[in-house]
Amino acid sequence: MTETQIAHPGARLPEPGPLPNRLQLTDDGQLRHMLTIEGLNRELLTEILDTAESFANMNEKAVKKVPLLRGKTIVNLFFEASTRTRTTFELAAKRLSADVLNVNINTSSAVKGESLLDTLRNIEAMNVDMFVVRHEESGAAHFIARHVAPGISVLNAGDGRHAHPTQALLDMFTIRRHKGDFTKLKVAIVGDILHSRVARSQIHALNILQTGEVRVVAPCSLLPADVDQLGVHVYNDLDAGLKDVDVIIMLRLQRERMEHAHLPSEHEYYQLFGLTSRRLQLAHPTCLVMHPGPANRGVEIESAVADGPHSVILEQVTYGISVRMAVMSMVMGAHQA
Amino acid sequence: MTTPDVPTLLDDMAEQARHYLKTHGIAAPIVVGIHSGGVWIAEHLRERLGVERPLGKLDISFYRDDFSRIGMHPQVRPSELPEDLDGEHVLLVDDVLYSGRTIRAALNELFDYGRPASVTLAVLVERDGRELPIAAAIVGAHMELGKTEQIKLRGPEPLRLERVTIDPEDLKA
Repeated sequence: MTETQIAHPGARLPEPGPLPNRLQLTDDGQLRHMLTIEGLNRELLTEILDTAESFANMNEKAVKKVPLLRGKTIVNLFFEASTRTRTTFELAAKRLSADVLNVNINTSSAVKGESLLDTLRNIEAMNVDMFVVRHEESGAAHFIARHVAPGISVLNAGDGRHAHPTQALLDMFTIRRHKGDFTKLKVAIVGDILHSRVARSQIHALNILQTGEVRVVAPCSLLPADVDQLGVHVYNDLDAGLKDVDVIIMLRLQRERMEHAHLPSEHEYYQLFGLTSRRLQLAHPTCLVMHPGPANRGVEIESAVADGPHSVILEQVTYGISVRMAVMSMVMGAHQA
Repeated sequence: MTTPDVPTLLDDMAEQARHYLKTHGIAAPIVVGIHSGGVWIAEHLRERLGVERPLGKLDISFYRDDFSRIGMHPQVRPSELPEDLDGEHVLLVDDVLYSGRTIRAALNELFDYGRPASVTLAVLVERDGRELPIAAAIVGAHMELGKTEQIKLRGPEPLRLERVTIDPEDLKA
């Protein structure tokens, strides 16, 4: 296939290679792009979380801004709808004093037939410093990272079913703030693993941080074929999967990504895989309930649980800003070194 | 080469600070140290002055003017300022005053926490090489060092000053 096909529906990119580190790290191991969690080491993930911790403390200031990226221009390049991710990336950039440009490609050149590479070259010509990319095709951020001018960083804000690294990092940040040491934790990821780039990135991050036990809980029809190679324990029964866990990560049932019927009905899904107050009691008494949002209440999670005392769903959103500030400042710093 | 004794310098700084605060009519300053050396000095100074308000700590990494040249410092400690700085008298403390760039960054950060009534600079060592119009009101020791020499504060226990010669090759970098 040619590169110009990517912006068009139906075009498929090859899955990104297993070793993207040559692309996302500098020669001395610093983060240059953030494309995927896979292949990063524990030290680097810890450094990102530590840096995010310093930014999280900034909220006490009267002026919630630091001048770190003053004069830099960051482009949010979103080929797929998103509110939470785009706004937290935008806020993160603004709190670092960068200028932000939001480009919504669906309503822009793609419909006029401009290729992804042309779009990229045009925005590059405006002397920008960073692209934050969301695309419905797996590998889109890698593709852009391979083709951008040197000195420009690319952050993956979600590509197809492949990866959503900053979401996984903010989840790790939330878990670490509440639970500290990962090695003693049992974490269950529940729901639509098959379509979830969030789940893939979370599993990589949890394993790199040496989490005691990572479980995935889902019906067989919502598990990827390669689930055995992900280093997780697989459960098809929610009650068994929740037993004694310290963290429950619920995933959104991705109705818009379902090309075929993976499920009989949403009602039946809720009966079998919905997180209810009753089921929550099977987990550890201090268990955290997480959800990357937006939650389908009454489909994968009961409202009382989503708003209940175990829920840290809104904290995840707050921490998302600090984590994205950390990643943005680290990639911008690495270029200069 | 011998370097001045830090506790003796601290005693002298405390004396100067008492005089300064008295003549300027400042009853209850907030003592703020700049990480790391400045925090050590600030803590000792606060004890000697009998200031009861908690110590403020600043990490100016996010405010440095050389971020675009040297990148992100891996370990940024959170800045801790005890309260709203509006109308407060701040005694800003650092170990060595050299180019003045650290103090410029610290002032920028301080003002993001509010509008202090005044900021007074106290440093353990003031050396040659200023690049900005910044001066300290309270100074432990003055030193003349060449471009190839640095003075470093080692600590936290015991605190001592150390003269370091820089490889001329590193200066070019």
